[in-house]
Amino acid sequence: MTQYDELTEFLLRLGDSALIQAQRLCEWTGRAPAIEEEMGMMNVGLDLVGQARNWYEYAAERINDGTDADVLAFRRDERAFRNLLLVEQPNGDFAVTMTKQFFYDAWQFHLLTILKDAKDERISAIATKSLKEVIYHLRRSSQWVERLGDGTDESHQRMEKAIDTVWRFTVELVEKNAAEVALAESGDIPSLAELPEQWLATVNEVFAKATLTVPDAPSTFYLSARTGMHTEHLGILLAEMQFLQRAYPDASW
Amino acid sequence: MYAQQVETGVKAVKSLAEMGPEERAFQEKIDAEIKIEAKNWMPDNYRKTLIRQISQHAHSEIVGMLPEGNWVTRAPTLKRKLQLMAKIQDEAGHGLYLYSAMETLGADRDEEIEKLHSGRAKYSSIFNYPTLNWADMGAVGWLVDGAAIVNQVVLQRTSYGPYSRAMIRICKEESFHQRQGYEILLHMMRHGTQAQKDMVQDAINRLWWPSLMMFGPSDAESPNSAQSMAWKIKRHTNDELRQRFIDQTVPQLEILGCTAPDPDLKWNEERGHYDFGEIQWEEFYEVLKGNGPCNRERLETRRNAIQDGAWVREAAVAHANKKQKQQAAA
Repeated sequence: MTQYDELTEFLLRLGDSALIQAQRLCEWTGRAPAIEEEMGMMNVGLDLVGQARNWYEYAAERINDGTDADVLAFRRDERAFRNLLLVEQPNGDFAVTMTKQFFYDAWQFHLLTILKDAKDERISAIATKSLKEVIYHLRRSSQWVERLGDGTDESHQRMEKAIDTVWRFTVELVEKNAAEVALAESGDIPSLAELPEQWLATVNEVFAKATLTVPDAPSTFYLSARTGMHTEHLGILLAEMQFLQRAYPDASW
Repeated sequence: MYAQQVETGVKAVKSLAEMGPEERAFQEKIDAEIKIEAKNWMPDNYRKTLIRQISQHAHSEIVGMLPEGNWVTRAPTLKRKLQLMAKIQDEAGHGLYLYSAMETLGADRDEEIEKLHSGRAKYSSIFNYPTLNWADMGAVGWLVDGAAIVNQVVLQRTSYGPYSRAMIRICKEESFHQRQGYEILLHMMRHGTQAQKDMVQDAINRLWWPSLMMFGPSDAESPNSAQSMAWKIKRHTNDELRQRFIDQTVPQLEILGCTAPDPDLKWNEERGHYDFGEIQWEEFYEVLKGNGPCNRERLETRRNAIQDGAWVREAAVAHANKKQKQQAAA
């Protein structure tokens, strides 16, 4: 399994997370609870595929072996994907989908806010552009968490259940990671030391308005996207997403 | 586009002399090409016909997302994925926009959607055909959106103001979709492998006739056309529009290097139009009746979406009410 340099791995983590989150949104096509949400989900999805493409293009330049954004997206196996485990989880009902979206948006928001000050101009530029989109994503998902948490008894129960379902995967959003610490020390990216607390503060704030309980800190999970140890859901998702590129390797689309 | 066989509820078109003063004033406005607006008087059947037509059109935009949803998770490149997602988003937007135009006539979106789900309202027959390979995403854009545009360009001048304005906006985006669809096919034909070229021809073979059926039955079999034309809801007959579509599409087909599944398709010098073979109307009527290849799946998916989402919409309303009370108390 190819392991790239730490900065490239970091870029793939951002790109893969955006793409897989968008792929799950695509699965909602024609099935959303209202037409306004069909538009909303596609809108967020479009932004995320665009962000993924930007991160991949930079990663491909660094890898510099003739690879490109499409090869990174459509020709890698699951063990090479670096996306958060959270985003590969199945959509479930609208409560699960929105809970995942909110946790991811809050993470993206704080991470991109830090990265926009990166010395690396490419990272700074992509983060700045993405952040403009993510501010809207976070506003939308926070509002939905609030509506569903503090809506009807049923919606509240569904939210509690959704949180229970995906909370364990948030460990990846709050854990300190040696590689990122090293990247910060070498000056490639700013320090992410504050990220866990910032993420948790946003969750606390929105959950309070939504009358939802924030669970205890998630315990260590034995899978980690950093080493390509995914849940079983990713392989199936990639089999679908990568079908054409895999089945017709000589084709041009 | 996407409205076929819209019932007008009128057996014979009245002459001006047969009309009462209100109706005569209305018809004279139409004859003078003055748009009818929501607050203007209009005959009940005109209103009902428009509600039927615009709701059918809106339903078609929404159901039309489903055949694309079948491939958006499998789009082959990031660029193609972005294009298809943007198209789907546009269609949801068109649906919303059309439902709004329909609501200016006093109809209710939820009630009309309920009619769709219970089988009392129609949507375009074309979306009851499956999308079986990636080239279908190109062929749908090129042929289906292409046929839609031929209809919609004319509908930009339709007599009801809100519908006409919706069409002007929608046409711009549809033309973009059509070019994009054609480009998907052209790329596969020019730069693709034999397997890809076969996909393109296969997609055209399957979608060609259903696209021609989108214009609705031939004029002889369209009992509602005369009244819709007198009201200038419709401005050209089904056969005129179908011919226009074929005439503009065949040269594009030739540029692709593909063929149509119609041995009778050939240029008629005398008429200045393409001749084409007999459409299998039996199939069209069967599909309209609900017996097409995907009718059940399409409606089931839409019904489930609305049913499964009921708790979400209820929660949103409950939350908004709570907020309102809090604000009133503060």
